[in-house]
Amino acid sequence: MSEQLSPAVAEEAARRMVGFVNHLRLNGFVVGLPEAEAAIRLVASRDIADVEGTRLGLRCLLAKHKEEWEGFDDLFEAFWHGRGRVRQRLETARSARTQRSVRPILWTRHLQGEGDTGELTGRMEEGGGEGDAEAGEGRLIASTQGSRLTKDLRHLADRDEIAAAERTALRLGLAMRYRLSRRYRLHQVASKIDLRRTLRRSLAKGGEPIDLAWRARPEEPVRIVVLLDVSGSMELYSRFFLQFVKGLVTTWIRADAYLFHTRLLRITDALRERDPLKAMGRLSLLAAGFGGGTKIGECLATFNRHHAKRALNGRSVVLILSDGYDTGTAEHLAGELRRLKKRAGRLVWLNPLLGWRDYQPVTRAMAAALPLLDHFATAHSLESLAALEPQLARL
Amino acid sequence: MESIRSLIERLAAVGYVADPPLAAAIRLARDLQRPLLLEGEAGVGKTEVAKALAALESARLIRLQCYEGLDANAALYEWNYQRQLLAIKAHEHDSAAAEEIEAQIFSERYLLKRPLLEAITQDEPPVLLIDEIDRADEAFEAYLLEVLSDFQVTVPELGTIAARSRPVTVLTSNATRELSDALRRRCLYAYVDFPDEARELAILRRRMPDLGEALAAQVVRFIQSLRREELEKVPGIAETLDWAAALVGLDVADLGRADPVALQASLVCLLKTEGDQKAVSLEVTSRLAGRAA
Repeated sequence: MSEQLSPAVAEEAARRMVGFVNHLRLNGFVVGLPEAEAAIRLVASRDIADVEGTRLGLRCLLAKHKEEWEGFDDLFEAFWHGRGRVRQRLETARSARTQRSVRPILWTRHLQGEGDTGELTGRMEEGGGEGDAEAGEGRLIASTQGSRLTKDLRHLADRDEIAAAERTALRLGLAMRYRLSRRYRLHQVASKIDLRRTLRRSLAKGGEPIDLAWRARPEEPVRIVVLLDVSGSMELYSRFFLQFVKGLVTTWIRADAYLFHTRLLRITDALRERDPLKAMGRLSLLAAGFGGGTKIGECLATFNRHHAKRALNGRSVVLILSDGYDTGTAEHLAGELRRLKKRAGRLVWLNPLLGWRDYQPVTRAMAAALPLLDHFATAHSLESLAALEPQLARL
Repeated sequence: MESIRSLIERLAAVGYVADPPLAAAIRLARDLQRPLLLEGEAGVGKTEVAKALAALESARLIRLQCYEGLDANAALYEWNYQRQLLAIKAHEHDSAAAEEIEAQIFSERYLLKRPLLEAITQDEPPVLLIDEIDRADEAFEAYLLEVLSDFQVTVPELGTIAARSRPVTVLTSNATRELSDALRRRCLYAYVDFPDEARELAILRRRMPDLGEALAAQVVRFIQSLRREELEKVPGIAETLDWAAALVGLDVADLGRADPVALQASLVCLLKTEGDQKAVSLEVTSRLAGRAA
């Protein structure tokens, strides 16, 4: 045990620790008050000259993820030694530049309606209970929006119409969740007796276990993983799909969303962002480096290698929203799909082109993929998106 | 407070070779009496940390292996229903009041302690290992929170049982599922990576002292470069040890001069999927062995 610091020094150390914790928070760490307090105590109880020990200790205490664990050292250096400061400024300058150059090309198109939808999400959440959602869903399927539901999304031109369609797509995503989770059911007679409850009930009857209590595992909602193609050829559809995916992700606890183009990116966290401006900022940062055609096979390979283990289990549904125009080889795509199929419960491919009259899935990529899919459907209109739900439920 | 270096030495004495970040995490977990969450690929020696800690303190190791569907009854406590039923039957003809019987059958005598309750009711602080927490479902994490933050267990019929001594708690996770932030907040965190060459060699030397020095170095170099190949399942330290033992069994003293076919056959210790076995062909093996030798 090192000797205690003098009060003045301790206070100064505490002040700087608070600064450091704030610095971490700014960089995306979630540090609660108790951790901050523990960090201050840690520094106070320790030989301040032992920088290495302090760094290792603070890292265990404050980092909670692999990414944070790996990024901690740089942040530590930057704060205590001022070494990262120049680099940090460079970084922000660079990201600001990419933001400027990338956002207009790709994301403004996908995200124009973001403002109203954010508002919508807020309202839906305020509404809260399941009754509300049910009512909303009923209205949604029923009526006035019929024509919008069946119209090919390509043909929507009017600004208001587009915004309304986006909202519908979002609500569709929201509604699906409630439909599915109603699959929870109590089992009257199951295979296992709940001894604990049975015994409790028997006390009232003088110890005779007359009323038997049974137990069964409730069915859990499925896990959904969405892979959304945002390449140039999908441009007319992807903004609606993005809203649809957002609807799924914001309400479904176990949804995970990725988008791909020539690279694959995880967007779940960005979509969950409440603040539409922030969400847009994050998405545009994520979109940096995009361009050109689609490499479906390669993106699936990335997914298989880095995300599949965590994101998938035997009860997952993988939704691929893409037109199947691939610049890679068909064999590569088929091979990666086969690997994906091993991990996932169901593989669903939605192709907006399928809704076109006379379209045949003859592109080599699509032809190679077809035999591996559990379900291949169109997604050219909102109605076809809604028709997806039984597919998800049947698992 | 013990220095990191002396802790590393003491861990080495019980057969665990730790690097400074891990040793710092262990030291902090013991100082602050907080649970330590170890995350990392399968086979990097996360579970061994708990075993080494138990050996270090000569404490009891209590292990809770998590699996999907693990519930409070299997992890915390369970009433001994058979005994309870017998007791009720036995008292059937007594004139004892219902409350009396109830108080009796819901007493500690009829309580079966499962690992978590067991761990907090020890007189000497044990080492509690909660292994592969990512395999348990999310609902189970919620049960753990009370135990991990306050070291107490609430049994509705008995009340709250507080810890007699605080166990040194180690949680491990292979990151097959994202753990909740609430759980992460209650733990110290350390990411355990595959060991570098020097550390892996030290582990091999400590675990298999009779292995030739030259061969040990070759084995480690081979494994290190094998990990850089694109594999579905990267071999961990346990695999290294298995393979070294297999090589000794095959009378291999030098990887460079070993029979390539026998060497290829011995790779069953390292490659655990069909895809990996195909990817690492005879040529790849010879190339890696040649480079390692």
